[in-house]
Amino acid sequence: MKTLELVKDELKNYNGRKIKIMEVCGTHTSSIFKNGIRSLISPQIQLISGPGCPVCVTPPAYIDKLVEYAVREKTCVLTFGDMMKVKGSRYSLTQAKAEGGNVKILYSPLSAVKMALEDKNTEFIFAAVGFETTTPIYALMMEEILKNGIKNLKLLTSIKIILPALSYLCETKENIDAFLCPGHVSVVTGCSVYKGMAEKYHKPFVVAGFEGEHILAAVDEIIHQIKKNRYYMKNLYTSSVTEEGNRKAAAITDKFFEGIDEYWRGIGIIRNSGLKLKDVYQEYDAGSRILDYTENVPKGCKCKEVILGRINPGDCPLFKTVCTPLNAVGPCMVSAEGACGIWYKNREVRP
Amino acid sequence: MKIDMAYGSGGRQTSDLIHEVFLKNFDNKILCKMEDAAVLQVNPKIAYTTDSFVVTPMFFKGGDIGKVAVCGTVNDLLVMGAMPKYLTAGFIIEEGVEIDTIDRIAKSMSLAAKEAKVRIVAGDTKVIEGKGGVYINTSGIGEIRRAGVSISNCRLGDVILLSGNLGEHHASIMSHRMGIENSIQSDCAPLRSIVKNLMENNIKIHCMRDVTRGGLATVLSEAAASSSCAIEIYEKSLPISDQVRGFCDILGLDPLYMANEGKLIAAVPKDQAGKALALMRRSKYGENAQVIGKIKEGSGVTMITSLNGSRIIDILYGEGLPRIC
Repeated sequence: MKTLELVKDELKNYNGRKIKIMEVCGTHTSSIFKNGIRSLISPQIQLISGPGCPVCVTPPAYIDKLVEYAVREKTCVLTFGDMMKVKGSRYSLTQAKAEGGNVKILYSPLSAVKMALEDKNTEFIFAAVGFETTTPIYALMMEEILKNGIKNLKLLTSIKIILPALSYLCETKENIDAFLCPGHVSVVTGCSVYKGMAEKYHKPFVVAGFEGEHILAAVDEIIHQIKKNRYYMKNLYTSSVTEEGNRKAAAITDKFFEGIDEYWRGIGIIRNSGLKLKDVYQEYDAGSRILDYTENVPKGCKCKEVILGRINPGDCPLFKTVCTPLNAVGPCMVSAEGACGIWYKNREVRP
Repeated sequence: MKIDMAYGSGGRQTSDLIHEVFLKNFDNKILCKMEDAAVLQVNPKIAYTTDSFVVTPMFFKGGDIGKVAVCGTVNDLLVMGAMPKYLTAGFIIEEGVEIDTIDRIAKSMSLAAKEAKVRIVAGDTKVIEGKGGVYINTSGIGEIRRAGVSISNCRLGDVILLSGNLGEHHASIMSHRMGIENSIQSDCAPLRSIVKNLMENNIKIHCMRDVTRGGLATVLSEAAASSSCAIEIYEKSLPISDQVRGFCDILGLDPLYMANEGKLIAAVPKDQAGKALALMRRSKYGENAQVIGKIKEGSGVTMITSLNGSRIIDILYGEGLPRIC
């Protein structure tokens, strides 16, 4: 067993070929900064952030629909805090609220059920945004809606699945050498799903936890595989991630949701990369199908390149000059989990 | 009995509210004269401040809006090197509040004021339409005992002390709002004992700040900018309880950016660091104090992480909203 000091020493002094490792989980991005991981590893090892922030990849047309509902009479939009500041094509929910729109921030989807029961004269629209991790909770919410015969609570869904996005990134040749697999998502999906991908794309897929030590161990494992020229899935987060994942969560998700081709902000449509309510539950859908995804990308905004891992936030000409958390141009700066926002807040010290 | 609009009329009900709730709880000679203004005897140099309080929920583990309203203003005076003497309290009450609730708040203010050795010498109430909310403004006067304590007075080589655990007020309030059961208590407290002990034992305090909204990160960033210096802190030395740490991990919050209501930082000369730390730890509410960093040449705030990496600490942008996943 290697000691932490030895791992740190090896990673700091690595002088092999340049390696690009992508993490696709906002919590990993955040932990990399919080622990100052970049200051601990060789500049030859590049850590880049992928499409792991649900808010950042939510299309503007979806926000527009929420804004529309927010200003409608006797209607209330329920959302997680993250979504408040992201702009649609013109307005964010924060702006809609300031204009008199009815928007409430929730901490748990299940409290939406309570609100709908208590106020039957208002139609509640729940902004169901997220990845595999959040979807089982939305399924639980659907169970409650059915059980209580609730008619005034509907879901506006924009739910993504991360795996097809990873395949997309591998197939579009974005020159990513290895993936730090998302910890929370893997708890739900299990780690065996990455085995085939590692084989097919000849890249290390390493599942890691969120402590600084976990991330260093994962980077070390990746370097080890690359040096040996052998690529496979390795699960270093065995305390929480199993081979098959959380079957109960998968079962309840399958009960209510089915796959669709989904639009990712900045990327476009990725086949079978989203979830929508099954047709039999359409009466609980608030019109999630969006026909026109046209994006007016602000001039100079490189969020697409950031999400695809082509550039780091710091390489965008707008970063820190025009685009700041208080005046966010693109979605990656808005969200607490967005790569640009995290980079801005946690600029690291390079020795 | 509930407050209705008549309590704001200036007539009989207003008078009842003032006598039966406020005068009863804040009982002191100056206030009881019921003049249009309090007449006060103070030393020539005073510190003077005001703050408004809009806490939801009004009652939480470890405190309530009344206690926060007193402690917030008292602590603002203390960290300027002033001993708090007098407070005023203005209440904006929405109709529908139980009079008992106002009484509970006033009682809590009275207890906090007693502990902080201040008197509430003037007040005001207004009743407005609404849904049972209470908002409080307090202002305070303190006598300056140590001149020159300032956010812009950190000096090279100073060490930074933090008086105790981070994030407890924020975590307590959020737990209430989110319906999460835990035993996290707000740290809301008057810091008189800490400041008094430091000053009376000749600690040359260059800078003090209470660590409230925006958290430690924001306060340190402001100190570094105002004093034109750099601040380096050590992750390993930051006092954070296991419960708050767990709470933050689950919700994606960072204790560095969370609000406190009973914590301060102080920059003191290096050769007095040991003495100052011992004094803090002997003081009420200072038992978990730590030396957390030092003043260096340069700009901005840097943290040496537990893994020995380094990270830049910036001020808080927007609100610290819990994330999706």
